[in-house]
Amino acid sequence: MDAIVVKRLTKTYKPLWPWEKPATVLSDVSLSVREGEIFGFLGHNGAGKTTTMKILLGLLRATNGQVELLGSPAENVAVRARIGYLPESPYFYDYLTAEEFLCFYGKLAGLDRETIQKRIPQLLERVSLTEARHRQLRKFSKGMLQRIGLAQALIHDPELVILDEPMSGLDPIGRKEVRDLILGLRDQGKTVFFSTHIISDVEMICDRVGILSRGKMLALGRIEDLVDAHTARSVEVVCDGVVGDDLHDVKKLAVRILQRGERCLIILSGQDHLEKVLAALRQAGGRLVSVIPHKGSLEEIFLEQTSRKA
Amino acid sequence: MKLLMVVAGNTFRETIRDKILYNLVLFAVLLIGASVLLGTLTIGEQARIVNDLGLAAINLVAVIIAIFVGIGLVTKEIERRTVYTILARPITRVQFVLGKYMGLGLIVMVNIAIMFVMFLGTIVLTGNAIHGSLFQAVELILVETLLVMAMALFFSTFSSSTLSATMTLGLFVIGHLTSDLKGIAEKSQSQLMEAALTALYYICPNLEMLNIKGQAASGLLVEFGYQATATAYGLLYAGLLLTGACVIFQRRDF
Repeated sequence: MDAIVVKRLTKTYKPLWPWEKPATVLSDVSLSVREGEIFGFLGHNGAGKTTTMKILLGLLRATNGQVELLGSPAENVAVRARIGYLPESPYFYDYLTAEEFLCFYGKLAGLDRETIQKRIPQLLERVSLTEARHRQLRKFSKGMLQRIGLAQALIHDPELVILDEPMSGLDPIGRKEVRDLILGLRDQGKTVFFSTHIISDVEMICDRVGILSRGKMLALGRIEDLVDAHTARSVEVVCDGVVGDDLHDVKKLAVRILQRGERCLIILSGQDHLEKVLAALRQAGGRLVSVIPHKGSLEEIFLEQTSRKA
Repeated sequence: MKLLMVVAGNTFRETIRDKILYNLVLFAVLLIGASVLLGTLTIGEQARIVNDLGLAAINLVAVIIAIFVGIGLVTKEIERRTVYTILARPITRVQFVLGKYMGLGLIVMVNIAIMFVMFLGTIVLTGNAIHGSLFQAVELILVETLLVMAMALFFSTFSSSTLSATMTLGLFVIGHLTSDLKGIAEKSQSQLMEAALTALYYICPNLEMLNIKGQAASGLLVEFGYQATATAYGLLYAGLLLTGACVIFQRRDF
């Protein structure tokens, strides 16, 4: 079963004055997130990621389209007991301590006191905030707020976790901790839907991605499939004992040839002419060092897709 | 109901830790102190002056809390985006609005109770008698405060903090002048003006109905029927405003 189903979602803001144009921030967006997977929602700032998430959680009303969470319509308030949510740059109640804060969100999720008391120390340890458990949130740094925000999203052990830019404001160690936490959630069978504009985060942990730009879904699928479909694989051939300028046949077939002393680097656009190039190198007396097929990256796809639309 | 109480409890705790409340209580203490001081300067009228100033101070502080904390109940949650994580839980928007109202209502009750006890202490210390009318006046101050809180909450569901404060203050002032509105309407030469002022008279809350401080300061009890009618009127009006606030909040995008 799909944990999230979004069908032809559109959000248009009506203008304040009749002479102004309506602003469409989401246009015909469809996606599905499978149970137990990590789905990365990639897009520039202002692409419509947060708007989509807010519609999923009932904070915004869609102009058109259908949204289902864990088999229920998004308007169903009860289904939210099975969902955890962390907004972008979260800000919480200043005067609550970390423990009081988690207790409050636990109660809101309908947990009993005993379960809350059991979960709080576990979660505080998981987000490395055990020592700050009695500290008021107004004394927390941005990174600590982000981590306590993650803890509140997980206090009720939700099946689906929706995280809006969960790595923003974190230092490299903090980012790694969040990545590990997300991977840990998948290991427990949870579904994670998170947005980001940082491609490396997506590449490292996501099973599937969706690329959103200017309110439109440009690409959707497994990273490997997207890479295969959108980018040609180039090949790098490294050879010693030859001079690139002397290899007239190879020069015609290569995209680029670089010479570093005795070592020659030949870049081919694909594998089509690889055999011919290798034969030419052998004939010229070269010693083959390596042949590396170069795979395209998600970044290339992202830039290609978003710049095409722009 | 359980979720409503959770929100109310959190609102109570968060606001009580906000130092503004302590400052306001201090303000009340100073005002009651001033009433004692002024009372000693006026021979024979001390009891009435102490009662007058004490009740006025309680009323003023309670209304200030109602307006300035009341408008922040919802707008602060929206501006600071704490509302996102709360509404993402299995809680309805109506539960959220009513929970916030109940939380502040509890704070107002506790504050009025503390100020009233201080006030009664002041009366005893100055050697004056405690009249039953003072309890009647304070009960209606509480009703007025709950009504002003509902106004603040209503305006804050669709406007900014500044605008909500302005509108609540405006309605509070007009609410105390409704009988004047009726008088002006009757004397008006223009039919349009008469109709507009009469409409305003019926739409705006009649807060003077809840003001029996003058009578109470002199130790005169009001009839039980009046007290009950005024209380019912105030609570009904607050209920209507809360219903409006819930309807608007229900339709809002965040």
